[in-house]
Amino acid sequence: MKKKAAIIGSGNIGTDLMIKIMRTSDVLEMGCFVGIDPASDGLLRAKGMGVEICATGIDGLIEMPIWKEIDVVFDATSAKAHVYNFGMMEKFPEKKMVDLTPAAIGPYFVPAVNGDEGLSTILGLDVDLSDTDRVNVNMVTCGGQATIPIVAAVSRIAKVHYGEIVASIASKSAGPGTRANIDEFTVTTSEAIEKVGGATKGKAIIVLNPAEPPLVMRDTVFTLSDQADREEIRKSIHDMVVEVQKYVPGYTLHQEVQFDDIPEDEPVFIEGVGHKSGLKTTVLLQVIGAGHYLPAYAGNLDIMTSAALAVGEKLVK
Amino acid sequence: MGERKIYIQDVTLRDGMHAIRHQYGKKRLKDLAISLDKAGVDAIEISHGDGLSGGSFNYGFGAHTDWDWLEGVAEELNHAVLTTLLLPGIGTIEDLKKAYALGVRSVRVATHCTEADVSRQHIEAAKKLGMDVGGFLMMAHMNEPIKLAEQAKLMESYGADCVYVTDSAGALMMDGVADRIKAFKNVLDSDTEVGIHCHHNLSLGVANTIVGMQHGATRLDASLAGMGAGAGNCPLEVLIAVLNRMDVKTNSDVLKLMDLADDEIRPLQERPVRVDRETLSLGYAGVYSSFLLHSERAAKKYGLNTADILQELGKRKMVGGQEDMIVDVALDMLKNR
Repeated sequence: MKKKAAIIGSGNIGTDLMIKIMRTSDVLEMGCFVGIDPASDGLLRAKGMGVEICATGIDGLIEMPIWKEIDVVFDATSAKAHVYNFGMMEKFPEKKMVDLTPAAIGPYFVPAVNGDEGLSTILGLDVDLSDTDRVNVNMVTCGGQATIPIVAAVSRIAKVHYGEIVASIASKSAGPGTRANIDEFTVTTSEAIEKVGGATKGKAIIVLNPAEPPLVMRDTVFTLSDQADREEIRKSIHDMVVEVQKYVPGYTLHQEVQFDDIPEDEPVFIEGVGHKSGLKTTVLLQVIGAGHYLPAYAGNLDIMTSAALAVGEKLVK
Repeated sequence: MGERKIYIQDVTLRDGMHAIRHQYGKKRLKDLAISLDKAGVDAIEISHGDGLSGGSFNYGFGAHTDWDWLEGVAEELNHAVLTTLLLPGIGTIEDLKKAYALGVRSVRVATHCTEADVSRQHIEAAKKLGMDVGGFLMMAHMNEPIKLAEQAKLMESYGADCVYVTDSAGALMMDGVADRIKAFKNVLDSDTEVGIHCHHNLSLGVANTIVGMQHGATRLDASLAGMGAGAGNCPLEVLIAVLNRMDVKTNSDVLKLMDLADDEIRPLQERPVRVDRETLSLGYAGVYSSFLLHSERAAKKYGLNTADILQELGKRKMVGGQEDMIVDVALDMLKNR
């Protein structure tokens, strides 16, 4: 029997995740879709699809009869709201939480990097997760999910001193929550480049492009590492792309991996790192979305919700 | 009630960074700030060309951090306000607080011309610190006047004291400037100032700045010898000469500025800042001026033509900040050859 999921947050990400669960999951089914605006497109869409809805946030949700059947709660609100929502979960330690906001209360999780066993490891647990209380896993950001696997792919070959990512997304795919919290994106992604990607220093940049028709999500990764065999790095990156494609089919290398020497007599000056030479690796990615809620240009939704769904399924298995 | 006085904002030490790959030495930058202050400009903007924390592979690493450049400058200024630039998505509120601690009292918060709502948290944070705040609507040629004014109104609602028509691509013509400033004046409160920031790619830097002023802009951006991205900004010494001839009062000393431009700034330029085939292409194709040196480097590395790369970037509707797409475009052009 499928386990029941609740999604809090009726914006782009929450709605995309709901459609994904209904169309693709063998493990989860929708228990309740929760928002705070009864007129929001997401809540109307959920109602139209026959999903039980709640328009009064997590406070309303935990008063509903369906609540006791919920095994996993996906939070797609905002970093600030997540702090409150996670607090409300305190009385229900048996329910798992997957945090799609940049709040980062729980440990970061990037499926292609942390792997099947990684979930227990990053949580510091050595036991079956379904028996574990009060689990909260953070999904970093859309840009982080797209780029951190590549930083990690270089890290497993050579020491990465600096990892930098640029995420370009279509304006139409950035909802009001994302727009009001751009700093949370840059700060959380930068930190996860270090903690999950293995870079000594991380930096994240996000750019919104309003072009019509909307442009497909693009992500660029730059790393500065010790010198290493370029072919080995190239192969490691290609292997990693295949790993990510297992849950995000539209994830591709848009160009072959590019390498540049940063010679010792012409080092770059990186804040927090100092003068550094080595090997610069440039990886140009494209993420085409599955088109579940917004059209295919919104790869940023797809990579986030696909990763969250993969984790949510693991938590209740 | 008298007319509001014209406020001259120097950008030599911020936009000018683009022209020399963000390589001003710490002492030289401080000396230039002191000289500009003595020449009477009203504000001096200092940061990496792409704003606080712009130092990166994508935009180029600076010779120093923003904090090293800013340190000790505020104490030396007698008249000018120390200003900086912040692009949400690149710099953060933490960066702004650091700049404030170093004596920065005015900030321009910059977004693409259709994305003003991403500036809310930064403008509000700056106002909370007690700073003077300008909203900087970049690539203003890509949004029509009424819609651009709606974006300006958003920035005003977050607390901006001034909102700018920022012609980052140097692609606006005089009517385009006039229509946008007029649209701003129609919707903004009377105590919100309007500013104009030009690039010289179509040789209209001074003309557009004057047109902006004639329609109500009171804060005018300019830099010594036009030191800035692309064909540069509105050249400061020329602007002041024109304003003097027009009997528009400013605090600036044109003779001092002329000396600074020729004696101090032009010798620093590795690539002359002027209208030429490449920089004209920026204005002609409506491309972000800061793409210039990055595109020239990509053209050299991959054996392509800079102007072709710039035209293609324009066709793909790339916006400020997407410097990573220059190499992407170059690699696509190689494939299609």
